[in-house]
Amino acid sequence: MSESQSQTIAPAEAGSEAPQPQPRRRFTAKGLLSGSVGRNLGLILALAALFVVGAITAGDRFTNIDNILVIIRLASIIGVISVGMTFVIIGGGIDLSVGSVMGLASVVATLSAIQAAADNSTWLVMVFTALAVGLAAGFLNGFVIAYGKVVAFMATLAMLVAARGLAEILANRTTQVVRIPEFIEFMNMDLLGIDMLIWIFVIVAVAGWILLNRTTFGRRTVAIGGNREAARLAGLAVRRHTMYLYALAGLTAGIAAVMILGRTTAGTSTHGTLYELDAIAAVVVGGTLLVGGRGTITGTVFGVLIFATLTNVFTQNNLSTSVQAVAKGVIIVIAVLLQQRFAGQGSKSH
Amino acid sequence: MTGISKSFSGVQALKNVDLEIAAGEVHCILGQNGAGKSTLIKTLAGAHLPDAGTIEWNGEHVSLHSPQDAIELGIATMYQELDVVDGLTIAENIFLGHELAVGGFLRTGEANTRTRRLLERLGHGDLSPSREVGSLSAANKQIVSMARALSHDTRLIIMDEPSAVLDGEEVKNLFRVVRELTSAGIAVVYITHRLEEIREIGDRITVLKDGRSTANGLDVSETPTSELIRRMTGREVENVFPPATPVPDDAPLALEVEGLSLDGVFHDVGFTVRAGEVVGLAGLVGSGRSEILETIYGARRATSGTVRANGRSLRRGSVRDAVRAGVGLSPEERKSQGLLLDEPIFRNVTLSSFAKFARGGFVDERRERRIATEQIDALELRPADPDRPARTLSGGNQQKILLARWLVNRTSVLLLDEPTRGVDVGARAEIYALIRELAANGDAVVVVSSEIEEVLGLADTVLVVGDGRILTTVKSDQIDEHQVLDLVMKGTAA
Repeated sequence: MSESQSQTIAPAEAGSEAPQPQPRRRFTAKGLLSGSVGRNLGLILALAALFVVGAITAGDRFTNIDNILVIIRLASIIGVISVGMTFVIIGGGIDLSVGSVMGLASVVATLSAIQAAADNSTWLVMVFTALAVGLAAGFLNGFVIAYGKVVAFMATLAMLVAARGLAEILANRTTQVVRIPEFIEFMNMDLLGIDMLIWIFVIVAVAGWILLNRTTFGRRTVAIGGNREAARLAGLAVRRHTMYLYALAGLTAGIAAVMILGRTTAGTSTHGTLYELDAIAAVVVGGTLLVGGRGTITGTVFGVLIFATLTNVFTQNNLSTSVQAVAKGVIIVIAVLLQQRFAGQGSKSH
Repeated sequence: MTGISKSFSGVQALKNVDLEIAAGEVHCILGQNGAGKSTLIKTLAGAHLPDAGTIEWNGEHVSLHSPQDAIELGIATMYQELDVVDGLTIAENIFLGHELAVGGFLRTGEANTRTRRLLERLGHGDLSPSREVGSLSAANKQIVSMARALSHDTRLIIMDEPSAVLDGEEVKNLFRVVRELTSAGIAVVYITHRLEEIREIGDRITVLKDGRSTANGLDVSETPTSELIRRMTGREVENVFPPATPVPDDAPLALEVEGLSLDGVFHDVGFTVRAGEVVGLAGLVGSGRSEILETIYGARRATSGTVRANGRSLRRGSVRDAVRAGVGLSPEERKSQGLLLDEPIFRNVTLSSFAKFARGGFVDERRERRIATEQIDALELRPADPDRPARTLSGGNQQKILLARWLVNRTSVLLLDEPTRGVDVGARAEIYALIRELAANGDAVVVVSSEIEEVLGLADTVLVVGDGRILTTVKSDQIDEHQVLDLVMKGTAA
């Protein structure tokens, strides 16, 4: 395929001429502000402020490298779910079910591992089961929303309740402990001094960034979230793609289930409770518009890190989780306000 | 207003513009899209603060920091995008923001009474104040918008292209209302693209070009049309409609529509379009014109009938199938149905084709940008910056984005719904020329327009639509505007 793919009306000189150099954006302070740094400036400032508070109140306990890794590890599971959530929200939807789908996936996966006997090779089966359960639940969400035309909020709320219930029935309200040494070993493996949970988060975030910014999948997501009708009339498969978005969110819930199995070595129906709210908060604090059409993976990663850092600072200072919750709420409002200040200039005025 | 200047993030929208409006006159503002008309009126309405210049009101300096300031002075604005809330009643809309209330309790009865009085004044006493606005036609929504403007003690009403959504009869009513207002001493600033309307209603004209005023307060009756066009475009526009290239009789059939019906909207529509032919659908708003296009395109699922494009039968209700067969639609509502307003021009241009330019699922933005730039040059799209968000473009240039989208996709059957709505005279001529050039290159084009003149001037063949049926099919040179209107009004086959 070459440029002659496109048909122009004017004499076809445009294609044959030497390509004109693209006017490069000048590297000025203003240019930087409107770029990716500027878009995330509020988030960077918020994170920096939290670090300063942490360093002052907890000193070395906070600033040492091990503690930083603790923060990222804390962020990793919610982080993976938030990447999936970012796609759903940019695409103009919402997924309330990710937390309970994660719980369900953890229960089904451990049950399947126990059923298949304590054969050491079954840990891969367990991992794939968790991913498959997440994916299936996501597809079901997507199908009901895209083809059944059920509002996303209601469809995923139903899944939230149903998946949790199903997990309770299957688990019989007991905790399924997995003792597969290979799996535990794998999940606790250190690579370059960084453990598996963090690597998984990094890989999912990078893959999500590429998927959103460099692929047709990402372009479709932005188009559908930005103007569903225009996307449809341009010939995009809006409904199919909408279904894929929820499937993707379900898949990340499955990955999160594997991660929590690695951390706790147990599957239980209560895994992932309220994770959906943490994920939505991280995505929105990260600058993704709740109405869809605009958002970034980078912002979401910052959003997740901000909440994890906050939790860590509070823990280091032995403050209660209730105080934490209040601070979280305040952070959400402040971050969103800052975000609007910095991002608002470039976009519409009303 | 004297010496008004305004720039947005480095782009100078207005340079030293003067505007003087007398009480009781209809002052028309004329200019191409992007000339600065909207910015000027928004400045006057208090929505923008000018960078330089002063505004005097009845001899006193004023500065308008918010729309509220302007309203308090007696300046009301009817924006182009009707700013009414669909879910509220007519009365609630009219008193939105200054509700009649006692201690927080709404005085619904009083609001309804006053609303009825306002509506009667506007010649629409038949509308019930408690009716929900969402159920009204565009014309009636405009009446609500006007009633709202009058609910304050208004001395000046700004009307931004009020006739764009109206039919002939409704425009007449609008003019009657405008005349009543001016005879009561209220000044009207009237913005339009239609020169003939200025002739009919205007007293004086201010012409804007590229953010400067090229004429201030010209007397309408003494200024010839050619003079206005020259001041507006900086060049002469003589023949608006370019000559048609004759379509050979053996040209292949590009689009065949047979017995197409959509329950409750239109029945048994059938016609063919040859490659290189322009077919126009003429008819009133609500006659089913747009629905016919949308059904051909698969955006609505036909109840019965078949559509073939380039010899291939299209699946009912599948836009994707139509696009794959080489059909493209430029929808009636550009902003809400056609564009991703916050996305850059190039991504809007490649919205239907980015997957083709992608390699293994990875988009190739450099290539997309280059191809979009070729189209920008070919269609003379302004500003010629592929990274500019579509929102910032004028109506005519947004229309060009949609044309470019289908050109890039190698579309051979173009369905254009109101391609020149909200597009000014100069850019209209360009779009007409583009459409004719596309036809000359062998594309089949179907045009829907509320302006009969446009359909007749542009099309080779005219289909007159009324009452959900095709009333007649005729060569465009064998019918004139009156005959079309006659047919449409009678609503029966000739």
